[in-house]
Amino acid sequence: MNYWVLIGILIVVAGFALRLNPMLVVTAAAIVTGLIAGMDPVEVVSTFGKAFNDNRIIAIVWIVLPVIGLLERFGLQQRAAAVIRGMRNATTGRLLILYLLYRQVTAAIGLHSTAGHPQTVRPLVAPMALAAAEKQHGELDEPTAEKVKAYSAATDNVGLFFGEDIFFAIGSIVLIQQTLATYGYNLAPLELALWAIPTAILAFLIHGARLMLLDRRLATASRHPRESGGPASSAFGEDEKRDSRFRGNDTDGERP
Amino acid sequence: MITLQWLYTLAGLMFAAFALLSAFDRSHSKRFGNAAFWGLMALSLLAGDLIGDFGNGLLVLGLAGLAGFGLIGRSAPPTTSEEERQGWSDRLGNRLFLPALIIPATALFGTLLYNYTPLGDLGWFEEKRETYIFLGLGVLLAIAAIFAWLKPPALAPLQEGRRLIDAIGWAAVLPQMLAALGVLFAAAGVGDVIGGMTRAVIPEGSIFLTVLVFGMGMALFTMIMGNAFAAFPVMAAAIGVPLLIRGYGGDAAVIGAIGMLAGFCGTLMTPMAANFNLVPAALLELKDKNGVIKAQIGTALPLLFANILLIYWLAF
Repeated sequence: MNYWVLIGILIVVAGFALRLNPMLVVTAAAIVTGLIAGMDPVEVVSTFGKAFNDNRIIAIVWIVLPVIGLLERFGLQQRAAAVIRGMRNATTGRLLILYLLYRQVTAAIGLHSTAGHPQTVRPLVAPMALAAAEKQHGELDEPTAEKVKAYSAATDNVGLFFGEDIFFAIGSIVLIQQTLATYGYNLAPLELALWAIPTAILAFLIHGARLMLLDRRLATASRHPRESGGPASSAFGEDEKRDSRFRGNDTDGERP
Repeated sequence: MITLQWLYTLAGLMFAAFALLSAFDRSHSKRFGNAAFWGLMALSLLAGDLIGDFGNGLLVLGLAGLAGFGLIGRSAPPTTSEEERQGWSDRLGNRLFLPALIIPATALFGTLLYNYTPLGDLGWFEEKRETYIFLGLGVLLAIAAIFAWLKPPALAPLQEGRRLIDAIGWAAVLPQMLAALGVLFAAAGVGDVIGGMTRAVIPEGSIFLTVLVFGMGMALFTMIMGNAFAAFPVMAAAIGVPLLIRGYGGDAAVIGAIGMLAGFCGTLMTPMAANFNLVPAALLELKDKNGVIKAQIGTALPLLFANILLIYWLAF
């Protein structure tokens, strides 16, 4: 066994840690790994290029950008926020729990590519979550807004990952089936999909509970600005003071 | 028959337009870098099958060089102001959601109709790719609807698309690069080495500890490779099949299905899964590139542990 091939992994880890440009890091790791494995330079470049070409399907999703951009031009994000402001009981947590459920259920019936970060999170889910957070919390400082946006994206991922495997005709189920079949275990895809259900339920419970905690944090944090700044304070200086204090506050609530 | 290549062509034409618009954007300080970058993406999508493996390799090196040496940057194509947008939002009301729903609705109902009615027997679309094709169709329908209703300037969809793709930048291409890196890792035998090392740390005779190493190994190797697909065959070959299924008589379906899901917990915690973790950070314009990962760790770790327990309880 050639342990030197692990240098590629080391390059990736070090490159990410040093915050070098990931495109360069990945290319360097690929070339070094290929050379260590005994390929000649032309072979390395060709293997890398072929694999890139074989994975072009990943780039397809960007065709939605012109539509999303057009709708933003006509105020879609503002509209999404306005709808949430009009709902009395909307909170960030409840909204994201609803989206989590929607994402899990649609992914479980094979419709995983109908939603996603460009299609639904940026134009709809994130602005709605931000508007709900503003209702709960008052005006959002930057770290809080960042956190709400990050949770919106995270909720999409959790819903997708722990919904899609319930659908038996998805790539990962096929891969499990094929891999185990080479060892003589012939399993029906449906049998594998069934065992994805317990984890799907647990994922909903765990992530849902964290979204409710997020709600609570947004609600308790909102008391401070009203006490100090008054409800309608909009002076920039005051906002900035509030910001810096909140930044400290917010990191306290972070996970270890 | 409509194949995936049709979609590649559609996407390729879009990237070609981004490249042209970048080249003619005099207000953009890095306009030729952006033009070259999106031009190479267009070439890959339009002619990737024609330029050979080595040609594709040079194309990838070009993309990496342009991105890595800071030759591409954000742009400011003509769009509406915050006030104008608020005005449009007030004027148009909730009808504004209708065109936004065209894409998911077309993909959803198209897929359902195609799979559960005789429509699918006509063989119009490449097998298993119908959702993507309906996605493309939805995009075209949505653009047509917006033009019929709101009459934006002719170049608006491409300029707005360029605004968004330039905000995402090289992160739009990174997932494909990482997938390619995974192929090289596999070709070089990284999986065998990792599998061998994992097997070396397992103590004899303890089912629970073996399950623990299997689950953690799935998550960790997924974090390194950026996706659980690469990790599963390695962990199955190293631990899943020889130890858990053959050695201790565990249920193969449980070990396979939940083992894969343990890997998905790793996907939530790694920047290597760029399309799930780094791309949305760019898309939502987060300051912290790792913000999405940080929001996910609190779900991923307990869920990983839960998966390990599930395998232990359900498979034995």
